[in-house]
Amino acid sequence: MEIPKSFLGYKRENGRAGTRNHVIILPVDDISNACAEAVSNNIKGTIALPHSYGRLQFGADLELHFRTMIGTGSNPNVAAVIVIGIEPKWTKKIVDGIAKTGKPVEGFHIERTGDIGTVMKASKKAQEFVMWASEKQREECPISDLWISVKCGESDTTSGLASNPTVGNLMDKLEPLGVHLCFGETSELTGAEKVCATRGATKEASDKFMKTWSAYNDFILKEATDDLSESQPTAGNIAGGLTTIEEKAFGNFQKIGNCKFVDVLEPAEEPRKGKGLYFMDTSSAAAECVTLQAAAGFNIHLFPTGQGNIVGNPIEPVVKLTANPLTAKSMSEHVDCDVSKILSREMNLSEAGDKLIETTLRVANGRLTCAEALGHKEFVMTKLYRSA
Amino acid sequence: MATEIIIHDQKDNVGVVVIEKITPKQECTCWIMENDSSTNIQSKDEIPLGHKIAMNDLNEGDTILKYGHDIGKVVKPIKKGEHVHVHNVKTKKW
Repeated sequence: MEIPKSFLGYKRENGRAGTRNHVIILPVDDISNACAEAVSNNIKGTIALPHSYGRLQFGADLELHFRTMIGTGSNPNVAAVIVIGIEPKWTKKIVDGIAKTGKPVEGFHIERTGDIGTVMKASKKAQEFVMWASEKQREECPISDLWISVKCGESDTTSGLASNPTVGNLMDKLEPLGVHLCFGETSELTGAEKVCATRGATKEASDKFMKTWSAYNDFILKEATDDLSESQPTAGNIAGGLTTIEEKAFGNFQKIGNCKFVDVLEPAEEPRKGKGLYFMDTSSAAAECVTLQAAAGFNIHLFPTGQGNIVGNPIEPVVKLTANPLTAKSMSEHVDCDVSKILSREMNLSEAGDKLIETTLRVANGRLTCAEALGHKEFVMTKLYRSA
Repeated sequence: MATEIIIHDQKDNVGVVVIEKITPKQECTCWIMENDSSTNIQSKDEIPLGHKIAMNDLNEGDTILKYGHDIGKVVKPIKKGEHVHVHNVKTKKW
């Protein structure tokens, strides 16, 4: 298949391109959710992103909070942002961070005004933003403007056999065209970590990966009450045919095809070494992982599933694919790309990769994903440790 | 072409059953994904969907290769065509 050289995206002030044109209402902290949701109720076409944190955090955990907030607002799928927090200082820090992209952003703090006054002021600004954004047109953008993140979930043996290798095939075909790519799931690479480390494009990248994985493994060994042999693979994995943790990890690892990663990113860290594949240190929990990847600037997500994970994200469209014929049939409203014919050999991997590229481009051009149509907007902050 | 078993990599010594189940003495067609080639094997056990079959005789201590990589060690001898799972293979991780 000849891969299209362009897609129709929204060009942003900083040179990036979006696959979506959202105006978001971003609460800085848990207690500002009510205000943010009231504004998004008032002003049609905006989305509030409520979450559970943002108070009394400190150190690396607080840095991650700011990185996730600023990164989410800065994502090119977002046209304009309203930030609402209880206090002025942290609100301003997030506004200033997002403003560096050049997009419209305005902050409101609730102290000394109260919810009702804040909702009124913020709603007026949100209306202005959403009406401005509604006139933005899709324009032809080079395919290299796609930043594609990947993560699998509810995996079974069909994931490692077919849906993950399909994503790998897409990566092998799109990487030479200059796209940015990102995989994560530090925990679920356990067993394949040494082989994964050899996929570093440089010794520095390989060493950084091993350091990241070892830090995770040390944490597990410290917190675990046994050697994990009772929980990895899970009883469900074993019933499905997975025998060892190594087998599970190598199934996961199929998603990167033959690509090499150029750098290892902190959670929600924006890639800064140009095009190519990046590894990000993330949890393997679906919503947390996708939220971090979206905050790093990725504008479209590919999600292979076996048993049928249903996750979505408010700003980054999540494209689901499955090779499990039962899932494709019984949960069809969640499946954007059915590659189950690989198992019956009616489709080879390259054909499946082409089908996924086609689906990805249709979604990049504006087709709603199943998760978007069903209203999945899981926005889940990663927390590193308890608050003060 | 009907395929009962998929093998990821030419080097692998196990394949994965991709139909509801295979039965003892069933002649199975195996598809090797890496190079889009085929091979055959006769099963010795009943093996369900998603579970693995040994492509060779394997001795205690041998390494199981899937995806072309080490996914664990044989802890009980396995004959070609037998079911490979937690009863005869263990992780090398712990």
